[in-house]
Order: sequence, then structure tokens, then C-alpha cells
Amino acid sequence: MIDRSILMCLGSGSNPFQHLEKSAVLQEARIFNETPINPRRCLHILTKIIYLLNQGEHFGTTEATEAFFAMTRLFQSNDQTLRRMCYLTIKEMANISEDVIIVTSSLTKDMTGKEDVYRGPAIRALCRITDTTMLQAIERYMKQAIVDKVPSVSSSALVSSLHMVKMSFDVVKRWVNEAQEAASSDNIMVQYHALGLLYHLRKSDRLAVTKMLNKFTKSGLKSPFAYCMMIRIASKLLEETEGGHDSPLFDFIESCLRNKHEMVVYEAASAIVHMPKCTARELAPAVSVLQLFCSSPKAALRYAAVRTLNKVAMKHPSAVTACNLDLENLITDSNRSIATLAITTLLKTGSESSVDRLMKQISSFVSEISDEFKVVVVQAISALCQKYPRKHSVMMNFLSNMLRDDVSSSKDGGFEYKRAIVDCIISIIEENPESKETGLAHLCEFIEDCEHTVLATKILHMLGKEGPRTPTPSKYIRFIFNRVVLESEAVRAAAVSALAKFGAQNDDLLPSVLVLMQRCMMDSDDEVRDRATFYMNVLQQKQKALNAAYIFNGLSVSVPGLEKSLHQYTLEPSEKPFDMKTVPLATAPITEQKTEIAPMATSKLPEKLAPSRQDIYQEQLAAIPEFQGLGPLFKSSEPVQLTEAETEYVVRCIKHTFANHMIFQFDCTNTLNDQLLQRVLVQMEPSESYEVLHYVPAPSLPYSQPSSCYSLVRLPEDDPTAVSCTFSCTMKYLVRDCDPNTGEPDDDGYNDEYVLEDLEVTVADHIQKVLKPNFGAAWEEIGDEFEKEETFALATVRTLDEAVNNIISFLGMQPCERSDKVPENKNSHVLFLAGVFRGGHDVLVRARLALADGVTMQVTVRSTDENVVDVILASVG
Amino acid sequence: MDSAALEPSLYTVKAVFILDNDGNRLLSKYYDPELYPSMKEQKNFETNVFNKTHKADNEIAFLEGMTIVYKSSIDLFFYVVGSAQENELMLMAVLNCLFESLSQMLRKNVEKRTLLDNMDGVFLVVDEIIDGGVILESDPQQVIEKVNYRADDNPLSEQSVVQVLQSAKEQIKWSILK
Repeated sequence: MIDRSILMCLGSGSNPFQHLEKSAVLQEARIFNETPINPRRCLHILTKIIYLLNQGEHFGTTEATEAFFAMTRLFQSNDQTLRRMCYLTIKEMANISEDVIIVTSSLTKDMTGKEDVYRGPAIRALCRITDTTMLQAIERYMKQAIVDKVPSVSSSALVSSLHMVKMSFDVVKRWVNEAQEAASSDNIMVQYHALGLLYHLRKSDRLAVTKMLNKFTKSGLKSPFAYCMMIRIASKLLEETEGGHDSPLFDFIESCLRNKHEMVVYEAASAIVHMPKCTARELAPAVSVLQLFCSSPKAALRYAAVRTLNKVAMKHPSAVTACNLDLENLITDSNRSIATLAITTLLKTGSESSVDRLMKQISSFVSEISDEFKVVVVQAISALCQKYPRKHSVMMNFLSNMLRDDVSSSKDGGFEYKRAIVDCIISIIEENPESKETGLAHLCEFIEDCEHTVLATKILHMLGKEGPRTPTPSKYIRFIFNRVVLESEAVRAAAVSALAKFGAQNDDLLPSVLVLMQRCMMDSDDEVRDRATFYMNVLQQKQKALNAAYIFNGLSVSVPGLEKSLHQYTLEPSEKPFDMKTVPLATAPITEQKTEIAPMATSKLPEKLAPSRQDIYQEQLAAIPEFQGLGPLFKSSEPVQLTEAETEYVVRCIKHTFANHMIFQFDCTNTLNDQLLQRVLVQMEPSESYEVLHYVPAPSLPYSQPSSCYSLVRLPEDDPTAVSCTFSCTMKYLVRDCDPNTGEPDDDGYNDEYVLEDLEVTVADHIQKVLKPNFGAAWEEIGDEFEKEETFALATVRTLDEAVNNIISFLGMQPCERSDKVPENKNSHVLFLAGVFRGGHDVLVRARLALADGVTMQVTVRSTDENVVDVILASVG
Repeated sequence: MDSAALEPSLYTVKAVFILDNDGNRLLSKYYDPELYPSMKEQKNFETNVFNKTHKADNEIAFLEGMTIVYKSSIDLFFYVVGSAQENELMLMAVLNCLFESLSQMLRKNVEKRTLLDNMDGVFLVVDEIIDGGVILESDPQQVIEKVNYRADDNPLSEQSVVQVLQSAKEQIKWSILK
């Protein structure tokens, strides 16, 4: 044991700046005015001032200005260090003192003087206090300095110029020749800085950048920093031009893999790995240098290598398998970041048998790693669960341990990473029915002590959805009701909704749920009371259809759309009650699981709630006077290409469906820079009894500026089953030739036309996807009044997966209850689809599939309208 | 954020700072005005970084979306911060240059007391290595020549004997504590 008091006395006083008082220091600064100047003392005081500024001490404008002006006297001294500290003070005070330009002449003198030690720093200080107007005055000196033979002077001038590009691009641009000259300097730093400045001046001109690259790749560079810069420029250029990997730029990057500096080799390998569309063969050399780095004694290099390999493993796990042995050696690395990255990489590349071992290894130190890396681990596990569903129990235990440990270690923070865990558990539950009960139990335990409202509500929603359908739903009630007693308003409201779902699904639980609801009706919060009262009344009716409509499957309309419609309704008072069917439907959320989440994807930007694509179209179409009175937009299709990729004109079509009409939006792009197209429209010849009512041409279509024209078509009214139709399309326009450089068109033009591919309208265009979270309840709700059933044989389809995908894309309906995923090794499957037909009729499809030689399919359709049932069956057949 | 390629630029270093073994700031420079604009955010970041790094000498860490390379010497911690996509080896080059330059300037006594006694030289060294986030020089020899700073020669006066003893004591203390 060391005596504490000795430690104390050793510790204090070791920092001469510890108890500095700003006012005392400024007082001391008065000796700047004494003659003769005492360099040592002045130096000490300047150091104190800079130290204070660095500690975040606030200097008022007046006191700062006073000190600054006193400091200017010190230029009379010739002490080198003192002068250098004056430059530093000028830079530090440039923003807080007034009239800093007073030192301009002193600095200009130093910058052009004989003392080389002063020149570089003087340039940097001068540029710090110079603005655009004054820059012109020193332009001559700057140009000279850039090409000065003393490297420090040249570097200083180049870097300062770079800083000023943001402020006075036009002035600095005139120094490009000098920068060019400096780029051939023998000094490695000068070369690097010159290259950087040149790129910033030329980056908008792709041709100039290409020339610059060509020049330096041929002559070679001395500086490894400059090489790194060149690699970045080259890969950016490759990406922009979408150059193939036979391009000389790619060759250059690849040649850098053999550079003698590790920094350059790594930069090149990383550039190759980050290229989109890189094949395994092109990756191989990059991966092998990274593999070498894995055994480097330098931690930074090992880290860099394994981090980059981790990225490769996400897209090309097989390319990294060769490094498995090296990665194994890293899982015990004392740097936990490296170990974590190595393990998560192995989890992606390794086999199922290694999972248990790796998980054990990582759980030994998971508490030591930073939150950023915990997220990486969770994401790796999430991906793993999809790959090896059988391992879910190991994963689930691991995740719940992570949740539990963290709750005890830190109360605050860790949100990102807890959310990642919760998301991961939820996705396991959804993917894997066997894991449902354990997963729900872990989640229940977590919300007992969860300080994040967002997570608690999310879990409660999940419990409400899945809990009632487990064998023993009653055990979840306690956890949910605890929330009603203990938590904030938002969580209590979510708990009430979850309770209602238990009551609606399980008759034997209903009485108890009603009692609990009764208590919630006394809540202090409006929302909680409202929900409780509402559910109470619905539940007391004991009607399956009501339960289905109001408890299990909520609103299917788009919320912004509903808001807009209601607003419109209040503006125009009418006798009629508000009709929900006039509200545009919410486009079903895209439920594609993003498995390729980049590690460390901890973007700090709050997610913006963007208006949906359909809401945007609705706005755009409503702005066109010809399209008034069509009612709400029902559905907008994905764009369909009507031309080949590399043609003169590129046209794609988006089909907008309304109650009785369709609008075809043609997005046209003119790829010829010597033509201006005017009055562009697409003429359509329908094959069925569709009627083209109106064309809205695009007034003008200049080179590479997309523009849209529209066609309005009326759907056949007399025959509601005519849902599919083929249109032959021709684009008609007036061509005016123009000068490719100026874009100036000739005075007269000529009419021309261009034949496009045929456009198909199918049954999917008439159906909007709607997700029914509880399909069974919805099925009962609609009833069998208009039920029809038919059996089909799909001879050409070989697997159940293929059949399921075909049906979904053909009908354009939303698969429910995750029935779009066919379990492995099964010979039969049931697919549930839900949607709304044009005009607002709910339609549900149940397709039983059986696999024999081909696939046999029994389709049962239920809807609120008989025609719709016929349409669906007719189109399937 | 991670997959986006790096815009080619000379602005490599986001921040550099030197902390003592209690995590107090001795020197720090932030070069990206958008990164931790206020003093409070900066100090929070430094505390967080210090807490996560001072126990193990691991050379590199990833925190708050930043790559951080670091090095410790007796009772000092040196940090260089760059963006998540930055070439880690470039940051290492800066850190090594900073450390080597200071080591030469302070005659291998890289510890808090000597550092603070020559704080003016330390400010100048940092200024010569990084200018506004751009790596200005990476060769410690060049840096020392440019700064041309002479650490106190400590002629054996009675005062300096006390100082020598003091610094010896501290060194012993930290070697015991480690």
C-alpha cells in the first residue's frame, strides 16, 4: 500500500497551469508593453493564454482584443519561439478578438522574409485572418510561396490555399498552375498537399481529374499519403463512370496492392472491397493482403484488416473462408474490438458446428466491449439465425443474457444496442415458431425493467399479437398488467391494447380481461381511458367480426391520407356521413428484412418520417387540372421499363389506378445531347374495351432532364371482370436539333415517333396490398357469403417456393402470417393473401398447395363483393 | 453510414487530444466544426473515450462513430480521432509522429510534468503536424527541425535538483501504480 497522503502531495502542484485565473493572466499580459521585452516571461504568459483558451475558458471581445493588441508588440522581439507563439495566438484569437487584420503587414513581412523558420507558419497565420478581398492583395506572395523551394513554405501555402477554397474558390482557382508545378516536387508532403489542392480545384471537371490521374499513375508518386489520395479519387471516378474492372483505373488500384507502404496497400484493398459489383475473383488479391495483415504485430493494422474482412463477409462470405484460420487466432486478441470483429466475421463464414464455440467465446468478454460493437455482435447473430434456424435456442439465451447484464450495468444509454437485441429476438420469434415461447418469456422479463418507452411499447405490441395464440396465454397477462400499474402513459396505452387482444382471442380469459379493463377506465391519462372504454365496449359485444375489425386488424388506410380526407370533409359540410372507402389505402410496409446491415451502422440521424411514395404521386397528379374528380388514388405500380437500357430515349411507365380510371405516367429521358424534344406524348392502343380519354403531353424534353407525360384511360364499366388489357404504345414528339454544347435549338423542327414496348395491365394493378395481422379473424369477419373455391394444377412449377412467389406477384396481394415463407422439407403449404380490390372491397385468398409431380393448388377466395371473387378466379385460371 | 466511400480529401484528422491519467484535458484540438461544436460535448467525448481506453493499451478503438487511435506514456494519453471510414494507418502515422516528436523534444521524458513545463513547445509541435485537419508533416525529424524548440536545459541549479527529484518520484509512483 502506498500512503495516500504522499500520493496527494505528489499529485498536486504537478500541473503549473492548474489554478490559472483568467483575470490574473490578462493582468500579467501587461508586461508585453514593457521595454525591453523579456522573451522568457512573455513566452510563458502567451503559453498560459493559449492553455486557457484550450481549456474552454471564455474570453470576452474587449479583453481578447486588448490582449491581442498587446501581443502585437512582441513582433519587435527576435526570439524564435516567442514569434512562433505569437502566430499561434493570432490563429487562436482570430475569431474572438476584433481587428485582427492589424497584424497583416507584420505577417506579410515574415512570410516574404529571409528567416525560413518563420515563413511557413506566417503564411498559415496570415491566411487564417484573411478574407476574400484581402486575399487579392497577397495573391502574388501566395503564388510565389506555393512554388517556393523550401518544402515547409510550399506545404504551408498549399494547405492554406485548400482551407480558403471554401471561401474564395475563384481566387484560389487562379493558382492551379503553381499547384501543378508543386505536384512534381520531390518532397513527399508538398506532393501530397499539391495533389489534394489540385483535386479540390478540379473535382467538378471529370475530364481534368482523369487527366490528372493518368499523369500521376504514369510518373508514379513518392508520398504514400498521395497514393492513398489517388486511390480514393480513382475509386470515386470508377463509381461515377460505372467503369468496368478492365478500366486502367482499376488496374492502378490493384497495382497499389503491391506498394511497399502498408498504408497504401490497405487503402487499395479497402477500395476494392468497397466497390459495388465486385466479383469474387477481383476480391481475391485484396482479401489475401488483408489476410497477411491479420497477423501483423500492429493492433491498428489487425483492426483495419479484420474490419474490412468483416465487410467482405457480408457480401461474399465464401471469399473470406480462406482467412478462417487467421481469424481464429484473433478471437483471443487482447484488443476486444479486434476479437469481436473476428468472431462476427467467423459467424458469417463458418459452419453451423462452430457456432456454439464462438458464442461461448464471445460471451466471455461481451461486457467489456463498447456499445457500437455490441450492436455488431447482435447483427451478426441476427443474420446467423436466418441461416441456421436450428441454433435459435443458443442465440436466444445469449441475447437474453446480454439484455439482462446490461440492465444491471448501466441504467442510462445503450438504447441503440438494446433495440438491436429486441429487434433480433422479435425476428427470431417471427421466423421460428418453436422459439416463440422462450422468446416471449425473455421479452416479458425485459420489460419488467425497461426504461425505454419505444422498446416497451414495441414489445407489448408483439405480446398482444403473439401471446394470445400460445398454449398458455394467461401467463402473459400478469406482465402486461404490471405495465398498466407502473409505467408512463404511452406504455400503459400499449398495454391496454395488448390486453384487449387477449380478451378477444381467448373466451376463458375474457372475464378477467374485462375486470382489468374496468380498472384501466379509471386511469389518469385520456388516451389510456379512451382505449380501455373502447375495447371494453367492443369486447362486451362478444362478436367475432367486431373483434376482428376493431381489435386484431386495425386501420388499413394511410394516415396522412386520412388526415387530408377528414380535413377536406370538414371544409365542405355535407349531409352524407364520411366514407372510409374514399381514403387512399396505406401501401403495405415493405417487410424485406435487411440482413446486410453494415456493422457499426449507428447513424445518428433521426429517421425522418418520409411521406410514402403513393402520397407523393397523389399530390403530383392532383396538381394536373385534367385529372380532377377521379377520386383518391388507389394504387401506383412499380415503374415498368418500356425501352431497352441503352437507347436514345428511355421511357418507363407507372400505372396509377383510381376507382374507375387509370392514369399512365410515362417518365421519359432524352439521352441525345443534340436534340430537344417538344410536345412529347405516348399514344396508346388498347386491346380491350378500355377507352383512352385524354393525353397530357410533356411540353419539352431537353437532354438528360427527365420529364413526364400522362394518359388517362377509362376502365370498362359494363364488364367489371375485364381487368387485364394490353396497350401498344408509341411515343410522338417534335424534334428540334440543337447545339450539343450550348443547348441552343434550331428554329424549326419536325415530327417524329418512336415505338415502345407493349404495356400490360394485369389483375395486380387493381388490388392493393393490405396486411391483416390476424388473418384468421379477418377470414371469419368477411364470412362465406361470396366464397368460391377452385382447384388448379400448376404443371410448370417445380417447387412450393416458386409457386408461392408466382401467386404473390401475379395477384399483387399481401401475404399474411408469414405464409410466404415455405418451411423446408414440406410437401404442402397454405398461403394466406389479403388485399383490397379497386372500389374498396376487401378480398382474401387462401391457397392450399400440394407438391406432387407439379404443384396442385386449391384456391378459396372470399370478398365483400361477388364480382371481385369472379375476377380473381377468372384471372388465376 | 459505413459503406459510403470516402470523399477524396486531405481533411484526415477530426481531432487530437492529450489527457492526463485522470482524464483531464491538457491539450485538445477539434478540426471539424460540425463534430462536437461545444466545449461541453468535447469534454463529454473525451471523458467517454478516456473511460473506454485507459485501462488497456489497445492502440485502437471505435467510439461514437469515430475511429480513435491512441497511445499512453507514463501518466499521459495521446489520442488521434478520424472518421469511421478513415484509413486507420494514416491516423496511426499522425499519432506516431506526434509521440516521436514530443519524445525527442522532451528528451524521452514523456510524462505530464515535463510536458507541461514545455507546453509552448507542445503547442508548436501539434501545430506543425496538423493544420486545420490536414496532415502537414508526418516525419518527426522534420517536425523537430521546423519547431526548433529547445527544452529547458536544466543546468544543475538547486531548483532543478528539486525538479529532477520530483520527476523521479513521479516516475516511481506510476511504475508502482501500474
